[in-house]
Amino acid sequence: MTANTGLPSHGHVGRRRAEAELRRDAEFAAFTAGAGGRLLHAATLLTGDPQAAEALLTTVLAHVYADWFRMRAEDPYEQARSELVRRFSYRPWWHRPRGGQLDRLSARERLIVTMRFFEGIAEEQTAAQLGLPLERVNAISARAAATLRSRRPPSAAAAGTSRPPRRTDRGERPEPPDRAERDGGGARRPARGASR
Amino acid sequence: MNALPNRRDDEVRRLLDTPHPVVPVDMAARAALRGRRIVCRRRVEHTVLWALFVAAAVTGLVLAALTWPNDPSSVPSDGTWWSP
Repeated sequence: MTANTGLPSHGHVGRRRAEAELRRDAEFAAFTAGAGGRLLHAATLLTGDPQAAEALLTTVLAHVYADWFRMRAEDPYEQARSELVRRFSYRPWWHRPRGGQLDRLSARERLIVTMRFFEGIAEEQTAAQLGLPLERVNAISARAAATLRSRRPPSAAAAGTSRPPRRTDRGERPEPPDRAERDGGGARRPARGASR
Repeated sequence: MNALPNRRDDEVRRLLDTPHPVVPVDMAARAALRGRRIVCRRRVEHTVLWALFVAAAVTGLVLAALTWPNDPSSVPSDGTWWSP
């Protein structure tokens, strides 16, 4: 072991190890510069809080950095996304997400909406990654989509994009906000019926 | 299965299609620093576990060599290997 290649951050390591560490630093910097914005957007959608999203994403990126040599030819974005999903879904209950664009959705609904509609993951893959049945993922995503569509943000409602409630082809209609707020399970029945 | 374009899903996608937030400039550096700490911790853990494993293997070999019964008279002569 040659002691002349002491990296400032890795201590005294051998020449090949030092080269590998330098390559990892460069590749990780390039990856973060390219994919950091999208990953931070996903984390912000999940947690709803910019500070919490930043902390979560920093932890995720640290583990991606540490596992950089373990994933041999895989996509680091896939790795980071699955790590983000895993770390978010195993957060304790007192870290309940609130606020943000997906307010009024539960943690699981936020997860499924972000994976399916923001990241564009197929529903089978979403179900496999979360360990849920496919029908359950469909039901939760339909319910969350109905919730998101029924409660518009005030800026979108003021812009004139809200339509009068009319019956759609499957019998589901957007609910007025007061009724949906009164009973939380009001959106459940049409969403479940629409998924079949 | 659900490959047909769905108008409701497209509406939700459009709702989520906002510009990305600004990434803090030092987030990559902080993540790399924490990642290096994770790597160092893993190296220490692996070193300690391998040292324990080697020490256990050497101890087992030494104990087996020291207490190996090479005296045939201590073996019971009634065809069994235990001593009643």
